[in-house]
Amino acid sequence: MAKILAVDDSASMRQMVSFTLKGAGHEVVEAADGKQALEKAKGTQVDLVLSDVNMPVMDGLTLVKELRALPSYKFTPILMLTTESTGDKKMAGKQAGATGWLVKPFNPDQLLATIKKVLG
Amino acid sequence: MSIDLSQFHQVFFEESYEGLDVMESALLNLQPDSVDPETINEIFRAAHSIKGGSGTFGFNDVASFTHVVETLLDEIRGGVRNITSETVDLFLRSVDCIRRMIQQHDAGEPCDIPEAQELKASFEAMLAGGSSAPAEETAEDDKSVSEESSTPARKGWKIYFKPELDVLRTGNDPLRMFRELESLGSLRVTADTSALPLISAIDPEACYLAWTLELDADVPQSDVDEVFEWVVDESDLKITPLALDGGSTEQGEPSTSGSTPTEEPSDDTTRLTEGLTAADSEQQSAENPNSQPAESATATEQTAELKPAEAKPAVAKPAAAASKTEKAKTEVSSIRVGIDKVDDLINMVGELVITQSMLGELGLDFTIESLPKLLEGIEQLSQNTRELQESVMRIRMLPISFTFSRFPRLVHDLSRTMGKKIELKLSGEQTELDKTVMEKIGDPLVHLVRNSLDHGIETPEDRIKAGKPETGTITLNAFHQSGNIVIQIIDDGAGLNKARILEKAKQNGLVSEGDMLTDDQINDLIFRPGFSTADQISDISGRGVGMDVVRRNINELNGSVEVESTEGEGSVFTIRLPLTLAILDGQLIRVGNHTYILPLISIVESIQSFQGMLHRVVGGCDLLRLRDEYVPIIQLASIFNIESDAKDMDDGLLVVVEGDNMKVAILIDDLEAQQQVVIKSLEENYKKVDGVSGATILGDGTVSLILDIAGLIKLAGVQRYEYKSVSGGDDYAA
Repeated sequence: MAKILAVDDSASMRQMVSFTLKGAGHEVVEAADGKQALEKAKGTQVDLVLSDVNMPVMDGLTLVKELRALPSYKFTPILMLTTESTGDKKMAGKQAGATGWLVKPFNPDQLLATIKKVLG
Repeated sequence: MSIDLSQFHQVFFEESYEGLDVMESALLNLQPDSVDPETINEIFRAAHSIKGGSGTFGFNDVASFTHVVETLLDEIRGGVRNITSETVDLFLRSVDCIRRMIQQHDAGEPCDIPEAQELKASFEAMLAGGSSAPAEETAEDDKSVSEESSTPARKGWKIYFKPELDVLRTGNDPLRMFRELESLGSLRVTADTSALPLISAIDPEACYLAWTLELDADVPQSDVDEVFEWVVDESDLKITPLALDGGSTEQGEPSTSGSTPTEEPSDDTTRLTEGLTAADSEQQSAENPNSQPAESATATEQTAELKPAEAKPAVAKPAAAASKTEKAKTEVSSIRVGIDKVDDLINMVGELVITQSMLGELGLDFTIESLPKLLEGIEQLSQNTRELQESVMRIRMLPISFTFSRFPRLVHDLSRTMGKKIELKLSGEQTELDKTVMEKIGDPLVHLVRNSLDHGIETPEDRIKAGKPETGTITLNAFHQSGNIVIQIIDDGAGLNKARILEKAKQNGLVSEGDMLTDDQINDLIFRPGFSTADQISDISGRGVGMDVVRRNINELNGSVEVESTEGEGSVFTIRLPLTLAILDGQLIRVGNHTYILPLISIVESIQSFQGMLHRVVGGCDLLRLRDEYVPIIQLASIFNIESDAKDMDDGLLVVVEGDNMKVAILIDDLEAQQQVVIKSLEENYKKVDGVSGATILGDGTVSLILDIAGLIKLAGVQRYEYKSVSGGDDYAA
C-alpha cells in the first residue's frame, strides 16, 4: 500500500490516525511538528502527507511550502487536517500548495474515505 | 472498518492535562499591556488540540466548550480583539472548567459542570459584543440531500471541468477525480485540448486541458461536488443534471458555488454548537445525554448565587483536590524516568557484576596471600552498593517544579481577591526530591505561601507609605544542602511583629509575664498550637489550621521548619527535608543490650557529665538545666521497661533532641555509630507502636527500632516545657 507521513502535535490524534492507516495496510511515518516532518520527508519518500495546521516549531502551512520546494514532493498529495473551514484558511492552504483538507473532527472511516480519494 | 477509539482516550487525557497546564502558565505570564504573539499562539494551539481531540474522541461537551474559548483566542491572535485582565481571568476559569470536564470523563463519571454553561454564556456574550465568530462547519456526514435540484428524468450529471493551470502543483490530479467519479457510476470523458500551447511554449507541469464528463449515476449533486471539493475555487466547474443537458436549469445558473452543503455560513454560535452536538452525537455514540447545551434553569440558578469573588476559591478547591486524586491515581501506577538515570543504573549493575565475579573467583581458591585482594574487592563492593543505592533512589526523584508549578496560579488568584500586588519568583525548580516527600510537602507549602500573602505582604497603599515598591515579592527557592533539600519561602513584606506575637502568647498563656525571650524564640511562637495573630481571621490562611500543623506535618517527614524575620523588611521560612523517606541518617544508641536509632536530624547535642545540672522533681519529670533552659529528661529504660547498664542517672549519657516543638533529653547508656539506615514500616509489617516510627536491619542482622521523638514525649507524659527566665543566648543550633 502507500507510505503516509502523519504530522500532528497531539499524540492522541497521531495515534488514532496512525492506527487507522496501519489497519488499512498502509505504512505510517509520524512527526510531531513541521520541522520533524520535513526531516522525515527528506529521509524517506512518502506517497501522502497528512498534516495538522497549528503546530509548534513549524506550522502546517510552512511545512507545505517547504515540501513543495523539494523536487521529490512537487506533486505529492498533502492534506491538511483542520478544524477551520473558513474560506480564507482554505485559500491559505491552497496557496501554500496543499492538495486538500480533512475537517476535524473526523472518524476513522472518514479518514480512510478521504485518503482513498488521493491514493486512488 | 470500525475502530474502538477508546484505546486512545488515556493518551488524549494526559495530553489535555499537559495542554491545560501550558495554557495556565502562559496565561499567568501574560502581560495584558504587552502581549507576546507567541504566547497567545501557544495558548491557542493547546486549546485547539484539546478541541480537535475531544471532537474526535466523542467528548462533545468539551469540544463545544473549548470551541468558544478557541474562537475568542483566535480573535485575540488575529488582533481583532485586545486582551484584558478580565479576559485572562475568564480564560483561567475556563481552563479549570475544561480540566474538570476531562477529569470527569477520565474517571468515567457523567459530566455535570454547571459552571461550564455559565462560562460559555460569558464567552458567547463577549464574542457577540465584538466581531462575529467565523462559521463552523458541522461534521462531514451530516449530509442533507434537500439541496438537490428537482430529480432529473435521466439520472446523472453533466460536468464541465476546466482546472487552473497550476492544479498539479498542489498535488491534485484530474485523473484521480475521474476515477472517483467512475466509482459512482458509468463515466464518459471528452477532453478539450484547445488551450494547449505550441510545444516550444509548453510548461510540462501545467495543466492546459479541460474536460466534459457525463456521469450516469443516481447520486445527489453533493456526491459530485465532493469529488471536486478541493479544486472548485480555482476551477471553472459546471455541474448540470443530464436531463437538462445544455438547457438552462431551473436554478437559472449552473451551480458553481464552492460551498458544500455541509457548510453553514452562520454567525449564530448557539445554533452552530447545537448543530455540532447534533451532528456529532449521530456520528459517535457519546454517552453524555446531559452534555446537551439544552440548559436547565436550576443549573444557572445554582451558579448565579456565587459571586465571582467567592466563587473562585470555592471552585479552585475541588479542582485542586480532584487534580490531586487524579495525579495520585495516575502516579501510583507509573513514574516517568529520564533515560539517563536508567543508563546509569545499567552501568552500575555492570560494575557490580564484575565485582561479584572477581570475589567469586577469589573465594574458589582462597589463600591468605589474597587477603589484600579480598579487602580491595570488598571495598569495591561497598562502593558499588552505595552508588547503586543512590541511583535507585534517584529514580524516584522528581524536580520540585512539580510542586512549585501550582503556585503562580494560586498567588495570582489570591492577590486579586485580596487586592494586593504580588510578584512570585521561583528559583531552584530543578532541585530534585523523592516523589513521596514531594506529595506530602505540597500542603504545608501552600499554607506557608498563603500565610506570606495574607500576613506578610502589605497592601499597595501600606507599601508605598513604608517607602517600598507597591508590588511585593514572594520567592520560592529550593536547593540541596548536605543530603537534605531546603525550601525557602521568602517575602519582602512587613515581617513578624514581635510585640504582637509576645502579647498574644501572654494572652494564651504560652509565656508568662516575667519571661525574657530571644527574638528567635519569639518568632518560633507562631508554630505553637492555637496561635494566630491575624486581627480578623481571613479566609485565606486563618482557617483554624495554624502553623503548628505545618510544623507537625514537616516534623513527620523528619524535617524542620524555621522562621527568620526582620521587621519591616520581610520574613524567610526555611524548610529542611530529607531527600527520601526510605533512608534515614541515624544515630545508633544503646540502652542495656538493646540498640535503638535516633534520627540524626533531631539531635541537638549530647552531654556526658551533667552532675550539677540535674533538677530532681518529686513525682514529676526530672529536668536538665541546659544553659538557660530546663529540658525534661526521658529515661528510655523505664519507658521501654528494659534493663540499663547505668545504675544511677549520673552514669548515663544524655542526648538532647528536638521533636514536637520542644526539647527533651533522652537518658541512654552509650552512643554508637552513625549510619544511613533503610526504614521499614512497623505498621505495615506488625502494628503501630507508640514511640517507635519504624525499624531497620543492622549490618549484623539484628532488627533495631527507630525512635519517634514526638511519640516518646507523649509516652513519657512530659509536661510542656515552660520558658523560664532566659537571658540572651541562642539555643537554636541549625
